[in-house]
Amino acid sequence: MEPVQIYERLKQRFPEQILEVGGKPDVFAVVDPGAIVEICEFLRNEPELWFDCLSNETGVDYKDRIEVVYHLFSYRHRHGCVLKVKLPRENPQVATVETIWRSANWMEREIFDLLGVTFLGHSDLRRILMPEDWPGHPLRKDFVEPQEYHGISTVRESPIIRLDQKH
Amino acid sequence: MSLLNTLPDYVLTTKTDELLNWMRKSSLWYMLFGLACCAIELMHTGGPRADIERFGATPRASARQSDLMIIAGTLTLKMALRTRLLYDQMPDPKYIISMGSCSNCGGLFQLAYSVCDGVDKILPVDVYVPGCPPRPEALTEGLLKLQEKIMSERWLARERRLSERAQA
Repeated sequence: MEPVQIYERLKQRFPEQILEVGGKPDVFAVVDPGAIVEICEFLRNEPELWFDCLSNETGVDYKDRIEVVYHLFSYRHRHGCVLKVKLPRENPQVATVETIWRSANWMEREIFDLLGVTFLGHSDLRRILMPEDWPGHPLRKDFVEPQEYHGISTVRESPIIRLDQKH
Repeated sequence: MSLLNTLPDYVLTTKTDELLNWMRKSSLWYMLFGLACCAIELMHTGGPRADIERFGATPRASARQSDLMIIAGTLTLKMALRTRLLYDQMPDPKYIISMGSCSNCGGLFQLAYSVCDGVDKILPVDVYVPGCPPRPEALTEGLLKLQEKIMSERWLARERRLSERAQA
């Protein structure tokens, strides 16, 4: 199925929860964060759709909101689709899809680590890349780099890059 | 010279310091430790073509058996703490070669939030090898430079060495 048909199908099933379908050239659907698990379960279990693979889950900070993006793929039908949820920048929370695709576990940990999105119901929501005691979430646009970490200065005098341009 | 002339041909004479240094430089066991892409070149250097085993350098899988630590790759802040721990586990005398731009100064990732800009911020470095990554020949050259440095050490004047280390 073409992505547009998939979104049509989704709209029939969830008329309220599909907020927006758009994007060029790759079409995506913006969905209600509260219904993400239901929608994903439908996409996973419907025989015509059968999205058995969550190929990528990632997050983006747009300064006024944080988006979590789901790239789904079906090995049976060889088609894919993209879902997005928009979350508030203050205390972003969305339900985990780990119960549907186990591969979401580490990807959600990465989004939590780098952007600070809390995935409700996640079995093991810890940092995955940064050290456990790292302050803040580094891919946030307002992240301020610490001047030192465990006594190691993160600032280096450079003949090429001046320090005032670093921050 | 008169004493030397009386010795038989099979007796060699040297200074104690030089003998110690010669033994140390000829068995520089480096730690099997790679952080990023430089580690690939490090493996090549240990391989048959560059073959730094000619100079007595052989990889050891444990910090406790190593004399030399080659920092091969990008040192992240997360890894910096662990690297310092490994260095502390190595027995004296111990040496460090900083291999490649990343461990020299942070290199390409100098402005990244997670990268320690240079291994010399946490550990005393003996030889810096430039390059991104350095070729096996370059690392071999670094090893030879370290051997030169070792030959100039004076172990019997231990006090002086310690004070030099404190200054460095």
